[in-house]
Amino acid sequence: MNRQTADHATLADRFNENEPRVDWHDQTLWWVRAKRDKMARSIPEWEQLRDTASAIKRNALGNLYEYLIQFEQQATQNGAIVHWAADAAEHNRIVTGILQQHGVRHLVKSKSMLTEECHLNPHLAANGIEVIDTDLGERIVQLAKEPPSHIVLPCIHKKKEEIGELFHEHLGTPAGNADPQFLTAAARQHLRKEFLQAKAAVTGVNFAVAETGEMVVCTNEGNADMGAHLADIHIACMGIEKIIPQRKHLGVFLRLLARSATGQPITTYSSHFRQPRAGQELHIVLVDNGRSRQLGREDFRNSLKCIRCGACMNTCPVYRRSGGHSYHTAVAGPIGAILAPNLDMKDYADLPFASTLCGSCSNVCPVKIDIHQQLYKWRQVLVKEGHTTASKTAGMKMMSGVLSAPRTYRAAGKMGRWVMRAFPGMVNNRLNPWYKQREMPAPPAQSFSQWYEKNKKS
Amino acid sequence: MSSREQILAAVKQHQPEASVLPSLEGLSGSMPGTLEAYRKVLEGLGGSLFEVKDEKEIPALLAEHYPHLQRIITIGSNERAWINEDPHLLENVDMAVVPGLWGVAENGAIWLTEQEVQVRVLPFICQHLAIVLPKSRILPTMHEAYEKIGAPQNGFGVFIAGPSKTADIEQSLVLGAHGAKSLVVFITEA
Repeated sequence: MNRQTADHATLADRFNENEPRVDWHDQTLWWVRAKRDKMARSIPEWEQLRDTASAIKRNALGNLYEYLIQFEQQATQNGAIVHWAADAAEHNRIVTGILQQHGVRHLVKSKSMLTEECHLNPHLAANGIEVIDTDLGERIVQLAKEPPSHIVLPCIHKKKEEIGELFHEHLGTPAGNADPQFLTAAARQHLRKEFLQAKAAVTGVNFAVAETGEMVVCTNEGNADMGAHLADIHIACMGIEKIIPQRKHLGVFLRLLARSATGQPITTYSSHFRQPRAGQELHIVLVDNGRSRQLGREDFRNSLKCIRCGACMNTCPVYRRSGGHSYHTAVAGPIGAILAPNLDMKDYADLPFASTLCGSCSNVCPVKIDIHQQLYKWRQVLVKEGHTTASKTAGMKMMSGVLSAPRTYRAAGKMGRWVMRAFPGMVNNRLNPWYKQREMPAPPAQSFSQWYEKNKKS
Repeated sequence: MSSREQILAAVKQHQPEASVLPSLEGLSGSMPGTLEAYRKVLEGLGGSLFEVKDEKEIPALLAEHYPHLQRIITIGSNERAWINEDPHLLENVDMAVVPGLWGVAENGAIWLTEQEVQVRVLPFICQHLAIVLPKSRILPTMHEAYEKIGAPQNGFGVFIAGPSKTADIEQSLVLGAHGAKSLVVFITEA
């Protein structure tokens, strides 16, 4: 994915040009959120589970050094080869190196947001290695030459007719057939061939257990397993924050993950990879790429608890109406908006402002990350570090001047009310961003202070 | 300094104060570990369930409900040549009948390991999957399941809950993504 130059507001504007589509996007995600609620309410211990998951992750972050060493030791003992990558470039070099060493020119990959974050696909393509994404949604966006717009539902922004069109062009399905059942069957056939041919499989990792050195990968489609169990080489790529202490803790996270993500009781497959099968090579790439830095930021380290369920996106009023691509980063939505500024403050300075701070994200988060509070704290950091636009800084300065001087505040209020009454065109115009999707309210006759003064006496 | 040392040093420097691990007591609540509860969830996932006396009843039931099966692999039968063949050749298996170790009532999942399935890809590559599970092995939640499973004994294990599926096209649920298109669970009396 190329770095986009437009900011969230501009990209959201573009998404909003097609209003019926925005409504459809909004309602589809809300439906997923409603399914999550139903599942959460069916478990009386839900809140206790969230507290427990959050506490396990707190422990994992507080002992990450020890757990990483333990995991490496166990995994090595199990026969895996462990690699360490300080950043995205090193991760890509390691993966390319393994593939080149075995002369692999063609591989299958199951969903891994980390490889999206590192832009692995374009890097491999530049080295003459073809990657086939095997998650159906990811394959669809790959054929469309787009990045995923959601971490769990990669092509949630696409209509079935567009998918039918893509399949017609690339897989030779009949023109005009947009039936999900038919298209899924076509993809199954197409991707079976890829699974049977691939010499190497790349997968992501949902959880890595320090105690046992095993990795758990969750899918509904079975694509991670089809890839990993048929290929000679399995490369599992994971961020260092995926570590959990013990095997029994998987019970807590597997109960929360799918219920929070899509409202299912569990994913169809929760696969525990511990040793390579006979004759197979298992590589594990542990990636930092800014995570150890985020660990040191007291206000933001909780973002590393994230288990990538996407619940914060499905519930977010801004995400639902602006689409995943408007966030111009691999992980969109509220969680993405607190992870991305750690990667690059300047490039992603717009994202923490893409929120109403309503707090719905924090309410649904299965590991209780204080997402909306971190969004608010990032705004302060970004303004202080000078990463916000000049107009926003000027506006904030003026606002703070007015709000800290009572006399100016009263005069400005009076003038504002008078302007709105006498010259409504001054505020009801396209230059005023508040006017864009709404009518300005009728100006009140008096300010609250004036009303209070009068009513206090009587 | 290698990347490994560099990452570990940064993590050590930045990690917050250690906290104690929480207890996992009481998380299962009063979730029932019954066959009825299990059946309801499994059927919600698109799987089907038959109660049988023992495994001998399975072939007749398969013939009745899946009349067009050509290649069937049954774990525990005398036919074992496939175990040493290239796993890619399992692509034409219509039905695999494999033993499950533990069932989980709250989510329909069944725990299988490499030891039972012999070839890791078998329960994924087959067109249809049947899992045989003794009734006494149904547990209420994932917590009991991990307690029973204990430490890993082999290289690969998996919870399977229902047939493979996707809803990636406009959130329309379609059964049969890359793994088995259908799942049938045979509950034995033992």
